[in-house]
Amino acid sequence: MNRIYMDNGASSRVDDEVVKEMLPYFSEKYGNASSLHSFGSEAREAMENARGKVAALIGAKPEEIIFTSGGTESDNLAIKGTAAAKCGKGDHIITTNIEHPAVLEPCRYLGKIGYKIAYVKVGNDGIVRAEDIEAAITDKTVVVSVMHANNEIGTIQPIAEIGKIAEKRGIAFHCDAVQSAGKIPVDVNKLGVSLLSISGHKVHGPKGVGALYVRKGTAIEPILHGGGHEAGLRSSTENIPGIVGMGKACEIAKRDLERNAAHVLKLRDRLIDAALKLEEAYLNGSRETRLPYNANFRFLGIEGESLLMMLDGMGIAASTGSACSSKKLQASHVLLALGLPEWQTHGSLRLTLSKYNTMEEVDFVLGELPEAVSKLRSMSPVWRKLKMGGRIEDVHGKHIH
Amino acid sequence: MASTYTEKVMELFRNPKNMGEMKDPDGVGEVGNPSCGDVMSVMIKVKGNRITDIKFQTFGCVAAIATSSMITELAKGKTLEEAEKLSRQDVADSLGGLPPIKMHCSNLAADALKAAIEDYRKKRS
Ligand SMILES: Cc1ncc(COP(=O)(O)O)c(C=O)c1O
Ligand code: FES
Repeated sequence: MNRIYMDNGASSRVDDEVVKEMLPYFSEKYGNASSLHSFGSEAREAMENARGKVAALIGAKPEEIIFTSGGTESDNLAIKGTAAAKCGKGDHIITTNIEHPAVLEPCRYLGKIGYKIAYVKVGNDGIVRAEDIEAAITDKTVVVSVMHANNEIGTIQPIAEIGKIAEKRGIAFHCDAVQSAGKIPVDVNKLGVSLLSISGHKVHGPKGVGALYVRKGTAIEPILHGGGHEAGLRSSTENIPGIVGMGKACEIAKRDLERNAAHVLKLRDRLIDAALKLEEAYLNGSRETRLPYNANFRFLGIEGESLLMMLDGMGIAASTGSACSSKKLQASHVLLALGLPEWQTHGSLRLTLSKYNTMEEVDFVLGELPEAVSKLRSMSPVWRKLKMGGRIEDVHGKHIH
Repeated sequence: MASTYTEKVMELFRNPKNMGEMKDPDGVGEVGNPSCGDVMSVMIKVKGNRITDIKFQTFGCVAAIATSSMITELAKGKTLEEAEKLSRQDVADSLGGLPPIKMHCSNLAADALKAAIEDYRKKRS
């Protein structure tokens, strides 16, 4: 069966050029970048070369790039590291209610050990208002963390506006740009951020490697202590093949950014226009202020895991924010943040595109999707009630979850 | 998670048995809650204390649909007393097992059947 991958928000295919660039660093140039001999210096050179490419993608200086093990570590380092650096001077952190767990969980952890966390709410469009962030600031605020593009619904947050506010108030500002870097323009100076997280595997680089941009002069402590690698901010022998791959992926992403964005925008708009023609189908999150790579729907009366697996059976890989598909059997916090009634969050479907997707694939998906949706609706007592004009809130049996 | 579904579960999910509505059922059981993401409805026809026909409709995950299908197959032709005794373990076992986190979905199937039997008895008395 021909398989179609539309789950690029989860991870993406590693570019052939990237693989080629990485290969010598496994069995030929396998030195430790800290070693003084020639094996060490070739590893070091490759790493610094990659650092330059990562920096170039986001308009940073190479010395402001810290390599990490991925987006999760970058987010943890940014939040826990700035909180630790301001220990005793402040105990307040501001973030939003749609962040990735890699931001929310470090915040929750800091909340457990005494910090106060303000979770600023987004609007029904999935976008936070800069003035709401400003209103949350106190004398004790040590860091503000707001993501650039949301991983589930692709909505783009007003980072530059928040950056101005943070700068005026002299507060460290972290931005999780894991889903936006390499997809839409990201410039650390235009955005006014002090810290910015990116990850290799979302932009056709390898998994297990990421970077944190740290603006010169930002107060931050390491979370991994050891041999003092990466300017003392991230100890552990550098993952040279991964770093080389990430550098190459960033270089390609920068080179082709506009062309790729224009390509996927056409695909995304076709997906959205056609899917919204289905009965009781809605788009989650703003249509305008959204990544060209992301479409996220909800089809009322069906459950997302079932839809996902039905599509998987047709060779289409997608994802969902439904409760039944989550480890905790809870609906996605992002969909709930949109103010949707809980029963509507179950039928969500996320399709995330990449440069490798084609219009033929989009048309195939659009050919299969209506069948999958209507097959599940034909099984659904909730859909039956919806069609009979009943109030879904009235469908009540015993609480099981 | 999905990858841990057995072949049997996936087969019944793709081609569920006894799915659909029923005209003039003798008993109807509906359990679950749309807010939690699962609602299961079981309809039965009873003749001489035996379930002669059974249908289900389910809003829920892969496991919920497969367990609904399985419980209808297990219950069909059984006496009310036999059908009542079907447990979630019986359903899960017939499916070759379920991921632990999905066991509650098989609860739902057993509960919906019991509710349909109760409804039948209530209507008759
Ligand atoms: C917005 C966002 N932040 C952080 C991460 C975590 O990145 P990684 O998988 O590289 O740890 C992801 C990936 O799922 C993400 O989408
Ligand atoms: S119906 Fe929600 S997990 Fe099965």
